[in-house]
Amino acid sequence: MTTKATFRIWRGTKEGGEFQDFPTEVTEGMVVLDAVHKVQAEQAGDLACRWNCKAGKCGSCSAEVNGMPKLMCMTRLSDLDLSKPVTIEPVQTFPVIRDLVTDVSWNYEVKKRIKPFKPRKPDFEDGTWRMHQEDVDRVQEYRKCIECYLCQDVCHVLRDHKKHDEFIGPRFFTYVAALEMHPLDTEDRVEELREANGIGYCNITKCCTVVCPEHIKITDNAIIPLKERVVDRFFDPVKILFRKLFGK
Amino acid sequence: MTPAGASAARRGFGQTSRNDAWWLQPLTVFIGLSIFLVYANFRVFQNAYFEFGGYLTPFYSPLLWGDSPHAWFQGVPDWLPRWISPAMVILVFPAGFRFTCYYYRGAYYKAFWGDPPACAVGELRDEFRGENSLPLIVQNVHRYFLYFAIAFLFLLAHDAWKGMWFDDGAGGKEFGIGVGTIVLTLNVVFLSGYTLGCHSLRHLVGGFLDVFSGSKGRKKAWDCVTCLNEHHMKWAWISLIWVMFTDLYVSMLARGEWTDWRIL
Repeated sequence: MTTKATFRIWRGTKEGGEFQDFPTEVTEGMVVLDAVHKVQAEQAGDLACRWNCKAGKCGSCSAEVNGMPKLMCMTRLSDLDLSKPVTIEPVQTFPVIRDLVTDVSWNYEVKKRIKPFKPRKPDFEDGTWRMHQEDVDRVQEYRKCIECYLCQDVCHVLRDHKKHDEFIGPRFFTYVAALEMHPLDTEDRVEELREANGIGYCNITKCCTVVCPEHIKITDNAIIPLKERVVDRFFDPVKILFRKLFGK
Repeated sequence: MTPAGASAARRGFGQTSRNDAWWLQPLTVFIGLSIFLVYANFRVFQNAYFEFGGYLTPFYSPLLWGDSPHAWFQGVPDWLPRWISPAMVILVFPAGFRFTCYYYRGAYYKAFWGDPPACAVGELRDEFRGENSLPLIVQNVHRYFLYFAIAFLFLLAHDAWKGMWFDDGAGGKEFGIGVGTIVLTLNVVFLSGYTLGCHSLRHLVGGFLDVFSGSKGRKKAWDCVTCLNEHHMKWAWISLIWVMFTDLYVSMLARGEWTDWRIL
């Protein structure tokens, strides 16, 4: 069964742009990315759109659908009100290259700045380690991240306040949590969390958790536990005194 | 290291492409918390109708001074200004616990300060310091309010216990259960669900560890707190509403407006 729907898609470059309406026929089972591809095929062959897997695993087709950051390939048209135009625009936090494609390379630079994984000495002579499942359960959640950067897009510290120089964003707090809470890791990232990574800027709006397509509880399970580690180190006088007295 | 090229210009307050009712949640939080704040302030300054028989409202528990049998110290100190009620002294702790709570912080930053009003919605102010510097860096004191909040659970549990003893008409006490007993007991249950699901407690009981396998007790405690923490928002609201209702119930009994039915 086909239905008529209008897609209001942002077209332009970093110099500027505007929304254009594309009325098109849609069928049952389509997702937003299918509709964008249909518009590309039938009405706007030069419409720029980044995509790859169409399965919600590559994190390429991030955009804002009706104002909310979403993966276009995982947003069903049946979940949208098609009686009104569906707006599709590029993510707001990063510079537009063209149409729906943005330059997310800032994220790659941020990742390079984070202290890498530094495992303890191997447990056995063959250079291997043994870990209990209960020790890695927690970090496995963080490793589900597909780096779609929807959390970076929705985070108001980056989106509205442009604190890119002082704040690494929810994606990289999740990354730091995966390293910092890893049972084999010996590196200490708590000081840089406070200073260079700007974790104090997070005011716990939980928007990152809301938009995460992998349903990672970014705020509750990554950011807040890291904030608590920062409190241990810098703001809890009893812990500070205990460390000074007993050296741990 | 800002990204090369300009990202989208900052949107004005309330501007968004969202076409859903994004304003509904912050508005509900604003109304809910405002009602509680107005009610709590009224009751704190009222300094009356806080006990009925064995029942003591949580707003005045522990009752530090007064002429009531619930009071820790009998009489009112001469040096104390008349307008200061015992509730003013003790409510600093549960109020501080809620004010610095990770759930409430996110909720009231949105609802009261529009910081942001909702996800992907334009903000009120250009300047933003978050919790990185004064004044909001003080939120890091949360775990100390937690310690007091846990102590309050014991005090309120004791109040619920005292609410199970009624005058027997011969100058003694007899065990019983009234509607008020259930109200006071549920208050402790709901507050425990909220307090024991605290993010700071989750960290302190085991979250600070990277290796759980060597600390079975801590792992179990962390699992239990995590279980409550997953519904922290629900516990926060249920306990807030119920503590207000508990106070209302006891005050209405004290004013003679309502009757406390004995079940047992």
